Amino acid sequence: MIFDNILIYFVIIPLVVLGLLSLSKSIQQVRTVCVIGASLLVVLAAYLTYEYLAIRAAGDTSAMLFQGSWLWYAPLNIHLALGVDGISVVMLILSSIIVFAGVFASWKISPLPKEYFMWFFLLSVGVFGFFISIDLFTMFMFYEVALIPMYLLIGVWGSGNKNYSAMKLTLMLMGGSAFLMLGILGIYYHSAADGNLTMNLLEISKNNAIPHSWQYFLFPMTFVGFGVLGAMFPFHTWSPDGHASAPTAVSMLHAGVLMKLGGYGCFRVAIYLMPQAATELAWIFLILTGISVVYGAFSACVQTDLKYINAYSSVSHCGLVLFAILMLNTTAMTGAVMQMLSHGLMTALFFALIGMIYGRTHTRDVREMGGLMRIMPFLAAGYVIAGLASLGLPGLSGFVAEMTIFVGSFQHADMFHRVFTIVACCSIVITAVYILRVVGKLLFGPVQNEHHLQLTDAEWQERLSVITLIVCVAAIGCFPNFFSNIIRESFLTIVQVLPQ
Amino acid sequence: MDYSQFLMMPQELGLLAVVLLVFLYDLFMPKTTQRYLPLFACVAFGIYTVATSLNVVTGSAFSGMYESNQATFAIKVILNIGALIVLIQSAKWANSEFVSVRRGEFYTLLLITLFGMDFMISARHFLLFVIGLETASLPLAALVAFDKNHYESHEAAVKYMFTAIFSSAIFMLGLSFVYGIGGSLYFDDLFLAVSASMSPLLIIALAFVVAGVGFKLSLVPFHLWTADVYQGAPTAVTSYLSVISKGAAAFAFFAILTQVFGCVYETAWEWMLYALIILTITLGNLFAIRQKNLKRFLAFSSISQAGYIMLGVVACSELGLASLMLYVLIYIFSNLAAFGVIQAVEMNSGKVSMDDYNGLYQTNPKLSFAMTLAMFSLAGIPPFAGFFSKFFIFSSALQSGSVALYVLVLIALINTIVSLYYYLLVVKAMFINPNDQPIAAFKSHVSERIAIFVCVLGIILIGLASCIYAWLVESAAQFV
Repeated sequence: MIFDNILIYFVIIPLVVLGLLSLSKSIQQVRTVCVIGASLLVVLAAYLTYEYLAIRAAGDTSAMLFQGSWLWYAPLNIHLALGVDGISVVMLILSSIIVFAGVFASWKISPLPKEYFMWFFLLSVGVFGFFISIDLFTMFMFYEVALIPMYLLIGVWGSGNKNYSAMKLTLMLMGGSAFLMLGILGIYYHSAADGNLTMNLLEISKNNAIPHSWQYFLFPMTFVGFGVLGAMFPFHTWSPDGHASAPTAVSMLHAGVLMKLGGYGCFRVAIYLMPQAATELAWIFLILTGISVVYGAFSACVQTDLKYINAYSSVSHCGLVLFAILMLNTTAMTGAVMQMLSHGLMTALFFALIGMIYGRTHTRDVREMGGLMRIMPFLAAGYVIAGLASLGLPGLSGFVAEMTIFVGSFQHADMFHRVFTIVACCSIVITAVYILRVVGKLLFGPVQNEHHLQLTDAEWQERLSVITLIVCVAAIGCFPNFFSNIIRESFLTIVQVLPQ
Repeated sequence: MDYSQFLMMPQELGLLAVVLLVFLYDLFMPKTTQRYLPLFACVAFGIYTVATSLNVVTGSAFSGMYESNQATFAIKVILNIGALIVLIQSAKWANSEFVSVRRGEFYTLLLITLFGMDFMISARHFLLFVIGLETASLPLAALVAFDKNHYESHEAAVKYMFTAIFSSAIFMLGLSFVYGIGGSLYFDDLFLAVSASMSPLLIIALAFVVAGVGFKLSLVPFHLWTADVYQGAPTAVTSYLSVISKGAAAFAFFAILTQVFGCVYETAWEWMLYALIILTITLGNLFAIRQKNLKRFLAFSSISQAGYIMLGVVACSELGLASLMLYVLIYIFSNLAAFGVIQAVEMNSGKVSMDDYNGLYQTNPKLSFAMTLAMFSLAGIPPFAGFFSKFFIFSSALQSGSVALYVLVLIALINTIVSLYYYLLVVKAMFINPNDQPIAAFKSHVSERIAIFVCVLGIILIGLASCIYAWLVESAAQFV
């Protein structure tokens, strides 16, 4: 029975929330439903982690746990196939925390709060569905479900040049998914040598039947398809505009979770299923992602809009995720997922704080603000913590992730990888430049506008949202082994398919 | 003559009975009961649809001119469902002031065209096919001219009439060449004759036949009539023209190309179709971007959709036929939802321009919601039905695995992004664009509401219900 599988509830809960939201009449009902739904998701994710660890501790070493498979479309052998490994579990935790924080960060959204939360939860259906699927078709379907609500979320509730940004973001991401669809169909038609075609990731990998000549065609298709969402240079241009125009919680969810779909897909589909092409073509994408890392950081330095700064810093950090994945060894890839986790929480925190500051000062221009530490100490302190996590201060999540990535990258002894590792390392310095510059100016500089002196500090729901995220960032920084062990053992199955 | 062979065609006979009943009702029932004619037509057609959908009759009649099998049965059921929705959503329009005196004709003519299409689908002899084609075309010209108080309606009708005649002439010229090659008009005989000979005459014949059917499907470059006719015709007729007529022609196209010219797939018509598909999808999309009138907009959108449907033909396999039928089914629901909203808004405010839809969500949230789902489904966004039909039609096209088909599908996929852009323009108009005076809130007629509700339900559920596709694949296996 499908309902016996715990994973399906990650999709069912948001769907039920969606249904209840469409029935609710007042803003109180909307908020209640959202809070209950988001809390249930966090509880479910925590319970799943507990169960997962228990099963692993009992000695089960199969690649995916909680597997279930139900035939859906027989003619194409499409199943609703579910299963998680350590990486997906971590991603599910991340998503549920950010959905939870996002609900509180958009507590006072207007107009049309009901519609806003409906699209918000539709987006989360896609995100959760993507992480629990191990069938290419359902994975792709959930991937697209997660993309399209962005258009209306930015278009209706966004700010600034929102029409342009929303359209650009949607078209670029759907353009990526067009390549992806071709890649997935190509994989499907070459998935088995004996004619038993399948869409199941594990079976395709076990068959290992995709001819090399096709891999050279299909690997770039899928990698670029997912890479667009991972903000890979030169397909990153949707990201700054999109994030700058999106409402707070949508920026959080988008930078925090949605961009991780890209990185996750890159190793789960592109590298795992086409290891030969991945090994031989990795250098091309390594150059592109290397450019993302450095270019994103430099671009962030010259921005004056807080959201643009953060959006370009996301390009840089997400570039680092893809960069690490392409290093194709366990350490660097573990670092990549740690970076996803860390960046997801940290960026969500950033965007939440920026949204709260903007809601008070009505400007996001760094030049027009100053001395916020005196005016709104809670928000300012949160901003400092997020900034320190972003530039990799030990004790917070960013340090752990970047350290693991660069240690892993440096394991490659050849010149090419060394050079690119060093280039990417430089981004840490540049990050420090723009973070410290903003923190200094914004929080500790002189007050630029005397009207700002009347502003108030965070309210309870804002504090809750911020504290949740800060606690998580610190927890990863202080207890990295808990996560990196879960992630590392799952990467062993992916790395072992790669030709040595 | 063996009259029992008429029993092979329950769907056609039933339809004829419905036509006659509606005709008699119009002729003999007292004037006071005339306004129940739409209701009567819907109920009669609904009963007919359900009754004939229950069991499949397979066999052939008239010494093989007519054949009924599970695939023809399936596509006829699909078209019947679509026609039923059209009938329901046009009920209010049929009772409106200028139309009510002629409403009987509307229903009779509409159902007669469906009767013709059924013969096109089941024909296994070109004579019967041409009869079906003409029965389907000529009454439609009268329907297009139905708004006789409107200048555009006349213009559209004349354009449609000339195009229909012209395309039939080209088609029949092609048939005469075909007859010259095979010495017969039976599909089966021709199949053998065509496989034996590969001559320039065959290519010319094929080109004429493709062009003739291409007009019906409004493939580029035979599409020039489409936008004007869609715009000028009454919305009820436009919606019928855009889905039912197109669906029947697509199936017939598949039948002719595979059953008559199947042997020369690689040598003759594969490349012809590649060119047609790329042109149709690309030009249809590019023209749709600039349209402001929603009916013209949907005309160009339907041109590009026809290009996607053709991918099922180019697949030339049972999976291709099944995906084609699924695409037609889902296209019927999506497009009729869009036309349902357009019709409701047009009946209440007379507005059909995209700019008039600005801010519609504030005043008419339910209609906007239905329109949004229709646009998402047409654009192929999951979890709505259009995603599934696009995915399956692409996968069926890639089944043979040739590199050329991968390129073709890639071009089609890139085009879906263009189409997403203009479908989102409609969504943007309703949800995002500000407007001081949006169309005032109104309550649409119960018939319109039922039709839109059914379409929305279909858009949400058809994709998730995998049994439909499984059944279509099983049906298509009987055909190919």
